[in-house]
Amino acid sequence: MNRSDRVLTVLTVIAALGILGAAVMALWIAPDAVGLTPDNTYAQRIIYFHVPSAWLSMLAFGVTMLGSIAYLITSKRRWDSLALSSAELGLVFTLAAMASGSIWARPAWNTWWTWDPRLTTYTIMFLLFVAYFMLRSAMEDAARRARFAAVYGIFAFLSVPITFMSIRWWRTIHPVLIDPTKGFGLSPSMMSAFFYSLGAFTLLYGVLLWHRVRLEGSREQLEALKEQLDQ
Amino acid sequence: MRFWKAVGAIIRKDIRAELRTKDIFSSMFVFALLSVIIFNFAFELRVPAMKMVVPGIVWVAITFAGILGLNRAFVIEQDKGSFAGLLLAPVDRSAIYFGKMLGNLLFILVVEAILLPLVLILFNLSLLSWQHLLVIFLGTYGFAAVGTIFSAIAVNTRAREVMLPILLFPVLLPVLVAGVKMTGALVDGETLSSMSNWLRMVALYDVGFTVLAYLTFGFVVEE
Repeated sequence: MNRSDRVLTVLTVIAALGILGAAVMALWIAPDAVGLTPDNTYAQRIIYFHVPSAWLSMLAFGVTMLGSIAYLITSKRRWDSLALSSAELGLVFTLAAMASGSIWARPAWNTWWTWDPRLTTYTIMFLLFVAYFMLRSAMEDAARRARFAAVYGIFAFLSVPITFMSIRWWRTIHPVLIDPTKGFGLSPSMMSAFFYSLGAFTLLYGVLLWHRVRLEGSREQLEALKEQLDQ
Repeated sequence: MRFWKAVGAIIRKDIRAELRTKDIFSSMFVFALLSVIIFNFAFELRVPAMKMVVPGIVWVAITFAGILGLNRAFVIEQDKGSFAGLLLAPVDRSAIYFGKMLGNLLFILVVEAILLPLVLILFNLSLLSWQHLLVIFLGTYGFAAVGTIFSAIAVNTRAREVMLPILLFPVLLPVLVAGVKMTGALVDGETLSSMSNWLRMVALYDVGFTVLAYLTFGFVVEE
């Protein structure tokens, strides 16, 4: 095993332990929220899972856009691999955030879903991810596919802030965690659990991304070898 | 100067080709009209006043008809092989973008010019004041700016025309939301100054994505 393999293995183990630790902190060690009904008190713990997932999906989308720009500038295939891998992970985290949000919403708002601005924008973001993958799967030529996906990725990511702005100028019922007038809505011990979970999830994202990029590299090597054999 | 001459030449070519067959224009217009009529049936009995839903209906009709127009414009180029000719011409790639985009914009505006008086007749609702026309123009421009480059992408995929709505709708959403919101507010009697934030947002969208399309169109059409 060369050095980068070893680093990746170590990081993978740390990430796995980190997630386990985050689960323990979230479900056991973190204190109960005050002022909620019994059902909601337990459901509130989803914040340690739901918010990091949402944050990571947006980070992943950003990485996809940066990879897309880098690809267009340099035409180096590894940037496209990065963009693709990050988009995949972003899609997974988006689904995780939406599912966990739904599970929390049922006891808290008595409905699985609502067309609140943040959820609506998030759905649009999900659709953008899906469109990105549909575009990629509809193209055969690898270089063209990378170029087109890169162009679309940039448009898609840049549209998200404007979409959010447009939909926000409607009413919202989504809890506002960071309110400039009230400060963080969490107590200090909940905050430590929260930031620990955020860190664990971010590490998980990085490790998964690294694995996925390597997988993509192996896949491309395989394609090249197949082509050589065919000739 | 050569840039804008090329742009003008492309627009004139598209207009001339369209005037001969009137293919694209007639299908766009009929589709828009059919959409409006079908939505009328979809909503009429369950909505207390049609003017509550007419802004949405109009924008959806424009969007659907516009997609039809965008698709056909590029597909025809590809099928006839004339796109290769465009690429061989010694002009900036982005001149092709602007020529196509302005041509598409013109077609959709012509469809709207006939659709809006029809809306007046069918729903007794006038969307013809200069405020309405400004709002509709800004939204249509955004549609054409983003739709043209996405159409160039979609036409080169396996799924061809079907890919365009999938790519376009999520990215176009702010324009649709703003368009429906502003048209609805104008119908309710608000003034343009009360919706200045929306106007600025659409203007930002229009300018921003035009610039982005100008920068990236070359990557889409290079062989």
